[in-house]
Amino acid sequence: MSGSISNSEIKATRDAGELTSLLKQKFPRAVLNFHAHRSDETVVIERDSLHSVCLFLHEDSRCAFEIMLDITAVDLLEMNMNHRFEMVYHFKSLTHASRIRIKVPLNEDDCRLASISDIWKSADWYERECFDMFGIVFEGHPNLKRILMYEEFEGHPLRKDYPIDKQQPLMELKEIEERHTYGREL
Amino acid sequence: MTDMTTLQARTGTSSSSTDFSSSVMTIEIGPAHPAMHGIVRFTTKLDGELIVEMEPEIGYLHRGFEKESENSKWIQVIPYTDRLNYVSPLLCNIGYSMAVEKLYGIQAPRRAEFTRVIMGEISRITDHLTCVGAAAMEIGAFTFFLWFIKAREYLWELVEEMTGARLTTNWTRFGGNSMDLPDGFLSDLEDRLSKLESIMEECDKLLTRNKIFIDRVKDVGAISKEDALSYGFSGPMLRACGIPYDVRRADPYSVYDELDFEIPVGSTGDCFDRFLVRMEEIRQSTSIIKQAADKMPAGPFMTDERMLHYPDKKDVYGNIEGLIDHFKMVMEGHHPPEGEIYMPTEGGNGEIGFYLVSDGSGDPVRVRLRPPCFNFVQAMPLMTIGHYVADIVPIFGSINMIGGELDR
Repeated sequence: MSGSISNSEIKATRDAGELTSLLKQKFPRAVLNFHAHRSDETVVIERDSLHSVCLFLHEDSRCAFEIMLDITAVDLLEMNMNHRFEMVYHFKSLTHASRIRIKVPLNEDDCRLASISDIWKSADWYERECFDMFGIVFEGHPNLKRILMYEEFEGHPLRKDYPIDKQQPLMELKEIEERHTYGREL
Repeated sequence: MTDMTTLQARTGTSSSSTDFSSSVMTIEIGPAHPAMHGIVRFTTKLDGELIVEMEPEIGYLHRGFEKESENSKWIQVIPYTDRLNYVSPLLCNIGYSMAVEKLYGIQAPRRAEFTRVIMGEISRITDHLTCVGAAAMEIGAFTFFLWFIKAREYLWELVEEMTGARLTTNWTRFGGNSMDLPDGFLSDLEDRLSKLESIMEECDKLLTRNKIFIDRVKDVGAISKEDALSYGFSGPMLRACGIPYDVRRADPYSVYDELDFEIPVGSTGDCFDRFLVRMEEIRQSTSIIKQAADKMPAGPFMTDERMLHYPDKKDVYGNIEGLIDHFKMVMEGHHPPEGEIYMPTEGGNGEIGFYLVSDGSGDPVRVRLRPPCFNFVQAMPLMTIGHYVADIVPIFGSINMIGGELDR
């Protein structure tokens, strides 16, 4: 029932919104694609300009995205795409009452990109979760380690090639000293 | 507690010095601790009683919600959403169903939307009652907790009347609700709300101007506007800092734009402001429920679009289209069109956002929940460092961490 309807709808929403036009004008090479399916403004940008685009979204008064709502990834293994992963960022601006979604395609053999935790603090844990669940490496992250799973866990559970019923061995209880992983000595 | 020398030997701090004020001690709080609302661990370093370093560790309740969802049919995810926020399960039900409706590009009938508003606000009240009641109990106000749990019980009976369950509600569907308002529900609702209001009035007298309570929560765990935004706060925690951001107003969904309510804001963002904001939100929600009950339209409570719900039995047995639809619904389930959406709704704690990706095949490609209290737990070090160890209890109580939603 769905396929044909949705394609025409996606085409119908191909008119660039204000923010999309602004990003296209400011970063003509970085913007790979865009759409506004169900009025969710979405801009696909290339990996290397993520940090500068995010800085622009945060600092520029025409964007003023104060809140970084969410970072996640999508594993496109079963979707027949050129790239394996897609990073998805959601932002909210209170000043302009607008939202935007930024997507970044990533290849499997080189799934690393810049951390934006220096722009929004909330990115810190979301990036750790993405690293934990998908094995995506964020360069420049202050403390990139697992967050929901335990340290000895092998693999990345939200990847499509991680079997849902896979079991891993139980871990021994650790001594109290070993568990502390502080960045600095007091 | 063990004697000091063994503790110091275990934590590796100086054992020769007897001057405890200069030595830093490591204390593990949690994972299972009476003051922890879920299972979470704080590894704190204390200088005397002052917290100098803290690291939260989460993930103890990780059940793989997203992985399970991606291996289920769209409709099978609804029961999982009950278990996300276990003090306001209906808000997660509603959030997920509205997200799938956005993916379809449909809207539920008006009667269904008004019913959702009523049930959603009831859940918001139960969420706030639990949070405020438990936080007050932990700092000594036990009577307050009992009164609030009694009030919550009145509301949970309403939830039970509507959905048949208190926690495992599984109530919404795509394009409507599984059940309409039961007979006599609206008069019961009125009765329960008046009981709630009298309890609120008494509890307000008990705590809001209570010197002992104020001393424990005033100027404790304050966070600035800038930090709150940078940490991605939303909901009562952000509003307590003075930012009137509420998804119900900012991006109105359902029928919230037809209802009149105020968004309470605090000024300093400390635990006392969070308490006041939640208390006022309970009153605002009561008013929303009354307005929605007054405006409750007649009509269907489920969409009549094909392939979104099971056809009526008279169609299944009466004509071939009904029979085929029924067969396909049972065997194949829902097929939302290809696309991706992000649907924000206002949960008890803040913005619950579902990010869904569909390839049109009937199996979800990605079901992602943006948990509001993830950011709050992340900001725990910022809010607690420099405070006394005893302040962890009111601060952690005020952020209303819900393990199911945090760890998914």
